[in-house]
Amino acid sequence: MTTLTDTTTESTTDRVARLRDAAYRIRRHALDMGEVQGQGYIGQALGVADVLAVLFGDVLRFRAEDPEWPDRDRFLLSIGHYAIAAYAAFAEAGIVPVEELETYGSDGSRLPMSAMASYTPGMEISGGSLGHGLGVATGMALGLRHRGHPARVVNLLSDGELDEGSTWEAALACAHHGLSTVLAVVDVNGLQADGPTAGVLRVDPLEEKWRAFGWTTRRVDGNDVGALVAACDELTADPTAPSILLADTTPGHGVPMLETREKAHFLRVEAHEWDIAREQLKEGHAR
Amino acid sequence: MTTAAPKRLTTSAMIASFADPDQRTTPAPFGHALARLAQERPEIVGMSADLAKYTDMHVFRDAHPDRFFQMGMAEQVLLGAAAGMAEVGLVPFASTYSVFATRRAYDFLCLDIAEPGLNVNVVGGLPGLTTGYGPSHQATEDLAILRGCPNLVIVDPCDSVDIEQAVPALADHDGPTYLRLLRGQVPTVLDEYDYRFELGRAAELRSGRDVLLISTGLMTMRALQAAQRLEADHVDVAVLHVPTIKPLDREAVIRAARSDRLVLTCENHTVVGGLGEAVASTIALAGIGTRLGQVGLPDEFLAAGALPTLHDRYGLSTDALVARVRAELSDRAPWPADPTPPSA
Repeated sequence: MTTLTDTTTESTTDRVARLRDAAYRIRRHALDMGEVQGQGYIGQALGVADVLAVLFGDVLRFRAEDPEWPDRDRFLLSIGHYAIAAYAAFAEAGIVPVEELETYGSDGSRLPMSAMASYTPGMEISGGSLGHGLGVATGMALGLRHRGHPARVVNLLSDGELDEGSTWEAALACAHHGLSTVLAVVDVNGLQADGPTAGVLRVDPLEEKWRAFGWTTRRVDGNDVGALVAACDELTADPTAPSILLADTTPGHGVPMLETREKAHFLRVEAHEWDIAREQLKEGHAR
Repeated sequence: MTTAAPKRLTTSAMIASFADPDQRTTPAPFGHALARLAQERPEIVGMSADLAKYTDMHVFRDAHPDRFFQMGMAEQVLLGAAAGMAEVGLVPFASTYSVFATRRAYDFLCLDIAEPGLNVNVVGGLPGLTTGYGPSHQATEDLAILRGCPNLVIVDPCDSVDIEQAVPALADHDGPTYLRLLRGQVPTVLDEYDYRFELGRAAELRSGRDVLLISTGLMTMRALQAAQRLEADHVDVAVLHVPTIKPLDREAVIRAARSDRLVLTCENHTVVGGLGEAVASTIALAGIGTRLGQVGLPDEFLAAGALPTLHDRYGLSTDALVARVRAELSDRAPWPADPTPPSA
């Protein structure tokens, strides 16, 4: 199948419900993987799950059984440490078998801690060094357009990654070349390695910055599936400019115990807490 | 009586010619070779970071305007986007100055291009000491930076013949490459020798019993000139041209170095981390005890000035090379009185 669901005949209510269910399963997969490793970027994974559910369930054209399908939309994860979230989304999308997730971070696994293209089906680029994704996306979009392919190029970034000057070089290039097939999605969680983004290197005002760089922008609650769906629909409209979705997310979203824990780049979860986390996630989703 | 002070040479334009005054040259060999190749290879594209005009990429741009992509003065996105282009099946040649491709954008060359093994061809202008503009533009350590990068093929051409033949070879090579670009009026030298550029292969351009010069890049031209000059002293000089720095043609180097000749490496690059050290480690690891001398730039930030002045000062000119060979030979044994020069 080309997309997961034919969204043309689906009501908005059904669509949002379907994607919320997908987001629940992505979070559940991420918790399972976090427990296997006993650690990981679980806060980010829970925060970005709704974004990934909407991208893989509603935006990207791909063939789960053929990740190299030439006409696919490209999904570039420039934040390599979000690999745990991406694998969870790949499993939900059928690109990676769910049962393989338990190998996450193990020797010989196709699912290493940091995302690498040579290891994992569906992983277009290797992450780890931040500020690379949007530049590669620029070239892919230029190249696809040059070759007459209509495919979109979607790059998932984080707000911390906006510190990197290379991101802004690419922002200029996408706008200059009118790369309307580029969709950048920023997980704005306000957190980076040394602490809150506001204290490390201020990146606000985000929307104004990107608009000034020539991008079509939307800023939404990144944990509100309905708002994400509406914004993604709107962002397909402009045929001349690249678009950016600024998604404000809460690390640990969906698991109150982790949502309220002291915000840290690398969230600590005790061994006995994984069951509690799954239980809280289930309760929240049922409400 | 007063005598006028001799007029001092001045730093010429950013890009000075290193051709001798009456030397045969070919204009923009890289740009023309790429434009020609692109006629039969529709997947070839050109990119530059606001230096098309100064890297001979403008010839390609004018011949194939729809296949040239201007990325602005932004080397990180130049190389990142080149990787993206290769990911979707194009074969990019991305040009800027060597200093920017290596010092400024190395993370992008390494991780976006070399790690996935993409067919991206990075073209660096002003390699080594080919401008008198000063350290900001003199890529004296580009080979040292890049030799440690896995997957990357590195080519340092001697002249227009090398460049014209290297361009199709680099496009054919299914992996990342770095070309040290000579641009503008580029000397034409190697057509006088029985030579063809082969990626990964060194070539003995002339044989000689007394001295072996293992040279790369424009220093091969100087080595050939020095060899001719030394004929007058009855010194017989062999020249092994090594246009591919990585992978190094170890067999050819080992074969040539197994000898009691004076062996000198010659490169337009710092003596740290370039051809000289690559040859030294190759012969040491092969258990060959031949003493080796290095002709190359000193391990320091170089001066600004006129290129001929700087090539003399830092030992790259033909005069300096001839003097160095003579000095090495006289250090090694009484010379030229020595009745039996070392034989090959």
